[in-house]
Amino acid sequence: MTANSAYPRRWKRPPQLITTRRWRLTLPLLVVAYLVLALGSLEIDAGRVVEGLSRGARFIQGFLQPDFVSRWQDIRQGLIESLTMTLTATVVGVLISVPIGIGAAHNLSPRPVYLVCRSIVSVSRSLQEIIIAIFLVAMFGFGPFAGFLTLAFASIGFVAKLLADDIEEASASQIEAIRATGASGLQLIHYAVQPQVMPRLIGLSLYRLDINFRESAVIGIVGAGGIGATLNTAIDRYEYDSAGAILLLIIAIVMLSEYGSSYLRKYLQ
Amino acid sequence: MLTLNQLTKAYSVGDPALRDVTFRVPRGQVVGLIGPSGAGKSTLIRCINRLVEPSSGAIYLDETDLTCLGSRELRRARRRVGMIFQEYALVERLTVMENVLSGRLGYVPFWRSFTRRFPGQDIENAYRLLDRVGLLAHADKRADALSGGQRQRVGIARALAQEPELLLVDEPTASLDPKTSRQIMRLITEICTERELPAIVNIHDVPLAQQFVDRLVGLRAGRMVFDDTPDRLDEAMLTEIYGAEDWTATDQEDDEPESSSDAQISLRLPGAST
Amino acid sequence: MSALDTGPGEPPHYSQVWTFRTPRARLALWVGWVALAALFVWCWQIMNENTLWIFVTDAPSQAADIGSRMFPPELAYLPELLMPLWDTLNIATLGTVGGVILAVPVAFLAARNTTPSALLIRPVALFIIVSSRSINSLIWALLLVAIIGPGLLAGIVAIALRSIGFVGKLLYEAIEETDARQVEAVTATGAGRAQVIHYGIVPQVLPAFWGISMFRWDINIRESTILGLVGAGGIGMKLQSSIDTLAWSQVATILIVILGTVVVSETLSAKVRRALI
Repeated sequence: MTANSAYPRRWKRPPQLITTRRWRLTLPLLVVAYLVLALGSLEIDAGRVVEGLSRGARFIQGFLQPDFVSRWQDIRQGLIESLTMTLTATVVGVLISVPIGIGAAHNLSPRPVYLVCRSIVSVSRSLQEIIIAIFLVAMFGFGPFAGFLTLAFASIGFVAKLLADDIEEASASQIEAIRATGASGLQLIHYAVQPQVMPRLIGLSLYRLDINFRESAVIGIVGAGGIGATLNTAIDRYEYDSAGAILLLIIAIVMLSEYGSSYLRKYLQ
Repeated sequence: MLTLNQLTKAYSVGDPALRDVTFRVPRGQVVGLIGPSGAGKSTLIRCINRLVEPSSGAIYLDETDLTCLGSRELRRARRRVGMIFQEYALVERLTVMENVLSGRLGYVPFWRSFTRRFPGQDIENAYRLLDRVGLLAHADKRADALSGGQRQRVGIARALAQEPELLLVDEPTASLDPKTSRQIMRLITEICTERELPAIVNIHDVPLAQQFVDRLVGLRAGRMVFDDTPDRLDEAMLTEIYGAEDWTATDQEDDEPESSSDAQISLRLPGAST
Repeated sequence: MSALDTGPGEPPHYSQVWTFRTPRARLALWVGWVALAALFVWCWQIMNENTLWIFVTDAPSQAADIGSRMFPPELAYLPELLMPLWDTLNIATLGTVGGVILAVPVAFLAARNTTPSALLIRPVALFIIVSSRSINSLIWALLLVAIIGPGLLAGIVAIALRSIGFVGKLLYEAIEETDARQVEAVTATGAGRAQVIHYGIVPQVLPAFWGISMFRWDINIRESTILGLVGAGGIGMKLQSSIDTLAWSQVATILIVILGTVVVSETLSAKVRRALI
């Protein structure tokens, strides 16, 4: 091949994401400025961190050599509370979400019902479990009942929202076809909507079961019962081997339920 | 020159995909590989640059046996073999230029490819190739902004950027319309003649193959059942390769109105490809 | 069973009984529902063994009491919240950056098509992802506060550790879903392993990567508002101290600020993600 100088020997990749020159220059500056400010406002006590490293090592050791035995009574109680409140909260949450989810689908519900249901959903979604738990514990006292209420309330926002979105996405032509037969509102839901969204609803419930278990490990920190309370105590007492055991149990149960629910979902479809 | 010697590929389950395939492709010859789906055409092509590992047999590219190379030598050997893919297989989200330059990846160190600082000569050559396939104006466009025919031209330029000694072409015209298919086939054969490149073109459209290639190899269930010039392929042979079918009727059915005899003649006129 | 029974010479007549499912399937379905109901009742009883129903019946009056104390929110408290809010933003942002940086290699090690060893390394990477995902950031924070002391650093590290699993999982799924032909084409040019990943896979997953990071940042803002409850810095610290002193009107102010932040970050992240796609 003989070199032909008619073609350029340089090529620069044209910018893909940010096409205006001004932004290409200012954006990195803004990022750097933010990082300087943010890192500047960090007050890291280096001595405390170094001191913590040995404790960190002890925790990792505890994680590798977990101690299930010495606190087994507490762990058992915490696990039972977590599991029972997970199940009951999911069942109650899903049962309540179904009517709310139908109400929050704009293709099925009249405008006022739609607005009410959507606002219930957004209130439930915007408040975090832990904040709800703080309030419910203050009202209902310590223990798994407050945890149950927290998880059920949070499930409503999650399941109803996704269910409503699903119904809205359900094929409009099928709904129209059933409506054209002269079916009533309930018949419409039963024949046109239910077959389309039922598998999804089961999938959602199983997914929420999973999330509820994970959350049940957290809300115990503010007194709503469950394994979280046990974990909190273990960490407060610096019993890292017991804490490691609890964390491993949580991971194992989450893995098991994830595997189980994906299997169940496949089976149900 | 490429020599295949008793090439066999067996999977752990099912019938072997290739059985004792032996043939030789001299410089500048374009071989069309025909056969029904599942006959092993794609496997054969991929065995040559070892995207699929052959089970036994030998593949010589000039003096090198490609079947017994370590990973480093294999990468060096792959540079010498350009490949053009079914449905283009461009990296859709990169620019046309980057796609062509990716043909040079085997030649440049990682830091150069990472920072997109390819040697000036490579860039110059990439521009020349884009000009050759008629896409000079599209160098900075993203690959997914091009039409099917244009994308396949980028694919050709990418393969040529490797300065290959052999071209492997896997169903280059699948998903292209009849006119574009002919243009692409013409471009490929022209380039092979210009550069005296040997090529294996895996193709399911028999009339198209007959029109453009120098030699046809027919595969059926992994065995070679035909190896001759295209004009020697008769109905009996087609039945041998593909199974019984009314070939005259299929011919007419397959050819869309566009490739009726008039259109074919007009397409064959020089300059029609641009 | 055939719905259509015809005798010789008779006109066809059709069954008047039609069932949606076979009797067996219906039975299984009923048994399933009854079992679920029984399980529910059983769990309910175990759970409420120690519940003091006096507290439960008392709840409405408690709620009314708290509600009246929360209203009106103490707006004069707002200026004091600005610094903690800035800290919260930093926890979320720096934590996301750290988590994403750690998640990228884990995702490439976990994806079937890029892992160096499906037998040895992939399970390790998957275990990292699962453990990070199954432990909530609040628990990470709890641990880290015990280990490296209370403050922003514990919060940042907690958010980063939690993000590894989330980003890692979504990213490795995106990597596995990449178009194998594009990767094959780059391999065929004789490119090295790193070059194949950089030219074949990275361009395909880049939009997903930015989308996932943005999405996680949005979630992290939400989560970092409460990390202070266990001492990991940010606005949650203020929340904790207001609850401890039963200053419910301050609590109301803080909740309003948290809600506002969450809404703003959600809108922002949705906007950026839409611009990316």
